[in-house]
Amino acid sequence: MSELLLQIDGREVTARAGATILEAAQSVGISIPTLCHHEKLEAHGGCRICSVEVDARGRTSVVAACLYPVEQDLVVRTRTRKLERIRKSLVEMMMAHAPDSEQLQALAVEYGADKDRYGKEVSFCIHCGLCVRYCAEIKKKNAVGFIDRGPRKEICFIPEIAAKECWECKECFPLCPTSALQAAFVLVKALTSQADEPERKA
Amino acid sequence: MPRINSTAELDALRLDILSTRNPEKPCITLCSGSACQATHCRKVAAALDLELEKQGLTNTVHFRKTGCHGFCEQGPIIVIYPEGVCYLKVQPADIPEIVSQTLVAKKIVERLIYVDPTTGEKAVKEEDIPFYKNQQRLVLGLNTRIDPKSLEDYLAVGGYQALTKVLTEMSPEQVIDEVKAASLRGRGGGGFPAGLKWEACRNATGDAKYVIVNCDEGDPGAYMDRSLMEGNPYCVLEGLLIGAYAIGAHEGYIYVRQEYPLAVENVMAAIKTAEEFGLLGKNILSSGFDFIIKVHKGAGAFVCGEETALIMSLEGKVGEPKSRPPYPAVRGLWGKPTNINNVETWANIPLVINKGAAEFTSIGTEGSKGTKIFSLVGKVNNTGLVEVPMGVTLRDIVYKIGGGIPGGKKYKAIQTGGPAGGCMPESLLDMEVDFDQLTKAGSMMGSGGMIVLDEETCMVDFARYFLGFLADESCGKCVPCREGVKQMLNILTRITRGKGKQGDIELLEELAEVAGSAALCALGKGAPNPVLSTIRHFRDEYEAHINDRNCPALSCKELISYYIDPEKCQACLSCGRKCPAEAIDGGKNLVHVVIQDKCTKCGSCLEACPARFGAVRKISGEPVPASLPQESRTIVRKSKQS
Repeated sequence: MSELLLQIDGREVTARAGATILEAAQSVGISIPTLCHHEKLEAHGGCRICSVEVDARGRTSVVAACLYPVEQDLVVRTRTRKLERIRKSLVEMMMAHAPDSEQLQALAVEYGADKDRYGKEVSFCIHCGLCVRYCAEIKKKNAVGFIDRGPRKEICFIPEIAAKECWECKECFPLCPTSALQAAFVLVKALTSQADEPERKA
Repeated sequence: MPRINSTAELDALRLDILSTRNPEKPCITLCSGSACQATHCRKVAAALDLELEKQGLTNTVHFRKTGCHGFCEQGPIIVIYPEGVCYLKVQPADIPEIVSQTLVAKKIVERLIYVDPTTGEKAVKEEDIPFYKNQQRLVLGLNTRIDPKSLEDYLAVGGYQALTKVLTEMSPEQVIDEVKAASLRGRGGGGFPAGLKWEACRNATGDAKYVIVNCDEGDPGAYMDRSLMEGNPYCVLEGLLIGAYAIGAHEGYIYVRQEYPLAVENVMAAIKTAEEFGLLGKNILSSGFDFIIKVHKGAGAFVCGEETALIMSLEGKVGEPKSRPPYPAVRGLWGKPTNINNVETWANIPLVINKGAAEFTSIGTEGSKGTKIFSLVGKVNNTGLVEVPMGVTLRDIVYKIGGGIPGGKKYKAIQTGGPAGGCMPESLLDMEVDFDQLTKAGSMMGSGGMIVLDEETCMVDFARYFLGFLADESCGKCVPCREGVKQMLNILTRITRGKGKQGDIELLEELAEVAGSAALCALGKGAPNPVLSTIRHFRDEYEAHINDRNCPALSCKELISYYIDPEKCQACLSCGRKCPAEAIDGGKNLVHVVIQDKCTKCGSCLEACPARFGAVRKISGEPVPASLPQESRTIVRKSKQS
């Protein structure tokens, strides 16, 4: 496969065509923070914490490193003041939902984020979609999915599938960047409500 | 209907249609677009059918139901040819008079013609009305001359001539070169050159390619695409067919909102007829070119107007945008090279081919060629659809075409580019409207929405409205949009409720930077625009809300109070009768007072107070003056005194 030459943080980096900026950076030990990324899963580009600046075709823009394919002579910057501001802000907004997440706390320290910047709406979930994608792509069960959209969006176990599949699996729990609490909670609720169903009917 | 097998047969059919049409035969047209349907044009049509039959004119007068004429404020609109007499706001009861006076006796029904509200000048013909006179209706203009369900009408005005030219005289590459030379930029929002997009799709490798019409028009108050799709569907089909030929696609999709039932109906009827005539399907006009079109009805998500989300939706998946690159031109629908253009862009293609790039580029500015259709709405006298050459000034649009601001109010701003656009204050009224100028001014062309605001609009509340819309329509996939827009909305809501804090403007700017640069798609990236442009041009209003709890436009409910001026109150009881909250204290000969604790700020008292008294007013940013002591509240009438 053909190789491309690009520049990341001033270093010349060689990457195979089709690789992402994140992969190219990792290959030479340049670290870019990620939250919704998992190497076994298709890239999602939801958390945007991996945002980097690129100069391409005469324009500078902010792109998600986990998705953006490398190009010949692409110039990438992974640490700039603008990116620090963006990442700090993103961490603060996510911490309104999951203030106790260890991953977020570590990022908060790194970027100087204030976990109390925005009013708390503790839902635990930051919509990284790792559980949803893992269940769909690896387990091929689709027991958990997103419902609704925008600020009302949430993850939800499908009771009919979850009742059969989840007790033996639970492989998504450790993937959750905000502790498995939310997944467990939603799962239990889904299963209980289904178990309740015949009783209520009776 | 016999299938048309060649361009020669098509030309023959056109000549045949034209030979049977007598231009002197009276023809009465009635606008039957969605806007006029809302003002009961169907009842007018029924009355007209009845009256023509009653007067025995069914065979001597042609009655044509057309698409949208654009002057929706004044609908339903009737135009009578060959004279071109135009009647506005026609009601079923007007029909007998129109038929007997104008169609038969060739006289004008004075009360139905246009009267300029400012000058009092009358205009009999459509082209003499200032609203139309100052437009250049190259694309939308055909709407008034054809029945959207009639292929014959479309052929009679020169329809499918561009297709004939393309299939007989031009190679696909030549078509792309022509569109490139015409510098036609996408009318859906981005303004990307259509020719370059087509070329990228043609050059991409793939065993199948697709072309798509984006008719998922969702900007509040904008309906250009609806009117084109409803009023002239064959033009869109012809443009799409030419694009498909140039790109090498054999399958096309029309993605249209299901909230546009008439557009769906008319385009599906047009596709069916085109198939019957052989203008769609296998071996079109014996050129060897095959092309079919399918219609997909969108389920009502604003974000599906974004091309990657539209493709997801077409594939039956959740309508969420995808990261670009890869661009749809390389990997689009079902992973194949796909070209998406907006309705208006496709509708411009026959024009570009017929006129040629040289003539097309003679219209417009350096960077933006041709005309653009805008939906002019809000606080402006003449609302409706306007088509103007690129480079016309905002002032001409608002005043010459729009007829200025109603009620003698002052112009405040115009919002262009839809919810993710920006507003232009008075200082920018002389700006020439094109893609680049609007972007430079911190707004954008978008799909062509224009909302005029007068002095009674609070700009903070205006930004809050759009952010509310965008938060509602965000797909929720990425944090900067899902969380950032929500946080901006929270702050704006807080400011309009009088709970703004020092630092809120800076926080808005910070969140705007995050969403504007790090969001996944154009919806999130554009979301800060209403906030940033209102801060840029109306920062003082933000500051007044935050620092002085003052809404200068007297619009934010939580920041205003209703107050009755004791000097002016004549104790007429009008306001007290209208108040739904029993918040008016007063009686006969007793100066009225608003009980602030009970007041719901509905404004009924202000409306009820007779203009000659003008005693009720709104105040903001200052305490409500203390009411008069009880003993001074009695009014002693002069007549009683003497």
